Amino acid sequence: MIYNKRLVLAHFWLAFAVFGLAVVLGEWQMFIRSPLHGWLRNPDLYYRSVTAHGTVMGYVFPTLIAMGFGYAITEASLKQPLIGRRWAWVGYFLIIIGSVAALVPVSLGLDSVLYTFYPPMIGNAFYYVGVVLVVVGSWIWVALMGINMGAWKRANPGSPVPLAMFANVAGAYLWAWTAVGAALELLFQILPVALGFSSTINAGLSRVLFSWTLHAIVYFWLMPAYIAFYTIVPRAIGGRLYSDTMARISFVLFLVFAMPIGIHHLFADPQVGSGFKFVHSVFTAMVSVPTLLTVFTICASVEIAARLRGGSGVFGWLKALPWDNPQMLALAFSFVMLGFGGAGGLINMSYQLDSTIHNTQWITGHFHLIFAGAIVVMYFAIAYDLWPHLTGRAMQDLRLIRWQLWLWFVGMIVTTFPWHYVGILGMPRRMAYYDYSAPGLVGQGVAVIMSTVGGAMLLASAILFLAILYRNHSARQIEPAPWTFSRAVHEPVSLPLALNGLSLWVGLMVALTITNYGYPILQLIGLHDAQVPAVYIGAKP
Amino acid sequence: MAQVSSTDPHGSAAVAARIERRWALMVVGIVALLVAIVIFTGLHWAMMPPSRVETIDPTRLHVDGEFIESNLGSAVESDGSVTVRIVGQQYSFTPQCIVVPTKTSVTFRATSSDVVHGMLITGTNINSMLEPGYVATFKTQFDTPGDHLMPCHEYCGVGHEAMWANVKVVDKEDFLKMAAHARRLTCDL
Repeated sequence: MIYNKRLVLAHFWLAFAVFGLAVVLGEWQMFIRSPLHGWLRNPDLYYRSVTAHGTVMGYVFPTLIAMGFGYAITEASLKQPLIGRRWAWVGYFLIIIGSVAALVPVSLGLDSVLYTFYPPMIGNAFYYVGVVLVVVGSWIWVALMGINMGAWKRANPGSPVPLAMFANVAGAYLWAWTAVGAALELLFQILPVALGFSSTINAGLSRVLFSWTLHAIVYFWLMPAYIAFYTIVPRAIGGRLYSDTMARISFVLFLVFAMPIGIHHLFADPQVGSGFKFVHSVFTAMVSVPTLLTVFTICASVEIAARLRGGSGVFGWLKALPWDNPQMLALAFSFVMLGFGGAGGLINMSYQLDSTIHNTQWITGHFHLIFAGAIVVMYFAIAYDLWPHLTGRAMQDLRLIRWQLWLWFVGMIVTTFPWHYVGILGMPRRMAYYDYSAPGLVGQGVAVIMSTVGGAMLLASAILFLAILYRNHSARQIEPAPWTFSRAVHEPVSLPLALNGLSLWVGLMVALTITNYGYPILQLIGLHDAQVPAVYIGAKP
Repeated sequence: MAQVSSTDPHGSAAVAARIERRWALMVVGIVALLVAIVIFTGLHWAMMPPSRVETIDPTRLHVDGEFIESNLGSAVESDGSVTVRIVGQQYSFTPQCIVVPTKTSVTFRATSSDVVHGMLITGTNINSMLEPGYVATFKTQFDTPGDHLMPCHEYCGVGHEAMWANVKVVDKEDFLKMAAHARRLTCDL
């Protein structure tokens, strides 16, 4: 039972509203730099748009989804009203205030620094303060998740924490710790310069601190999708979760291994030694373990559903799956995109192969396939599953939902595959336009047009998605059954302490981060020569 | 691991756990193989990214030291190898046209005089960040003559999209003839 429906709905609606705006910006960017449009007279408009698109999609949208979903999971899985409801609203409004504070100066052209900040470029302080407020708002959620799980455990000593809540709190703790890197960069390096207390900055150190956040943030985005894989999809398609234990192991492995690997974003950087680059490369390989375990467990759970529905044979059971069920469809699309995106990721994490594609459009293709593809399609699925329980109205547009999911899937493939291709040819990221008549770029225009067409399909799908959710609010009223989670084939009766709480894993996460980041950070702090003058954005010449 | 209820008549929990364990072992095997490949190519091909953590004062690049303007471009070293020195700035590289020989060990040394830039050479796996305060150093070799583009690949401000340079790979003999007349070579117009 979800007690605070308004709280959950507010988070989801705000998330999807800003998502819709950012999708429009994304497609505009694709169009503007394709051969379909001439030169943009003011390229800064493009970079304002990229900054807004990245800030919304990277920080605001997934954070609101994780928060709203987390509140729903807390109440439904623990079967108790949320403790700290007022604080939850405080966090929500902090995110609104932060987003406005950040995006107003961005749209005025005072902060075209992209969501990755890129010091020594320094923009208007309001942008950075806004991002900090968004993070602080989300930290209230982190605290509430821990408090609610703790209260339940004290009231139910020895009982297994429901898997959905366990995973949800793991995601919250992961976010709390991964945000620290960018927070240190903002508070100790960028804001002092943006506010005028200092005029120099160590750009190499900033990049290392940001990499602390930049990789694990993807796993924070991923958590709601994985929670849906394990706890929603098997139930929705009439199956059972293959293994509750394996699910818990996967989530704690994410907690431990998602963090100490961010330097693989810096393979081509001169300020990190090869030893630490290599160590991070190896740990990046290890973070594929929980994903491979998940693929196994979820495929097995889906097979159980198929066999319960009368499927048989080695592969024949695939036909017995409920393919018209949106949850089944979303899961299949998510896995296909996760497969392609993951394969590309293995190339990025390789010390050597990375140099072929570093900072090219390949990378743009890679993370759109993973985040906007595999993860966001599950955000859609979560909304479809949750909506009737929030509105008390029937979800009647099943045909439209299938259309929407198909459009998003095909659109994402059509957008990202050409990006991967031109990336291998060496097309750099983040350019407001390309001279398609240059000898070295001939032929690449076609690929960019294909991506633009894919982007148009994504835009259509996003509009359809918002329309479906909106229409539900005036559909016929129903009395929905309680919102529940998948049951495992073998429900846990009691669990070892390590799989019923997170303290051991949080300890390992912090220790591994310090091991893998401590020395590079201290070394760079000691390099006083590397303090370089700030370059102000939007400064009058 | 998790205890299960004792009403299970087929021992299916044991079967499930066994299959799971087998998959987990396979996963570990796959990851170990990938890491082994990375180690092998790293050592055997000596393929290493720029990683020297060498600092330099960007405000004095043009005043003295290795990166003054007259020292930029390609230089033939006494051992026959070639060193290419490049500076990136908003929104160009110096030199804008780089000339290098085939079949010769080429060392790039590059830095930035203002913000973070990057460089890649199309059709090769040459790829590095240029960061103010740090010198990026990496070695390579070009096998065949040809023309390549060298875009800045990191967002560096409003003119980022205009920051492209050219790389001309010429026959080793032709390069040495050109080098006989000049201390530093570029193909700048």
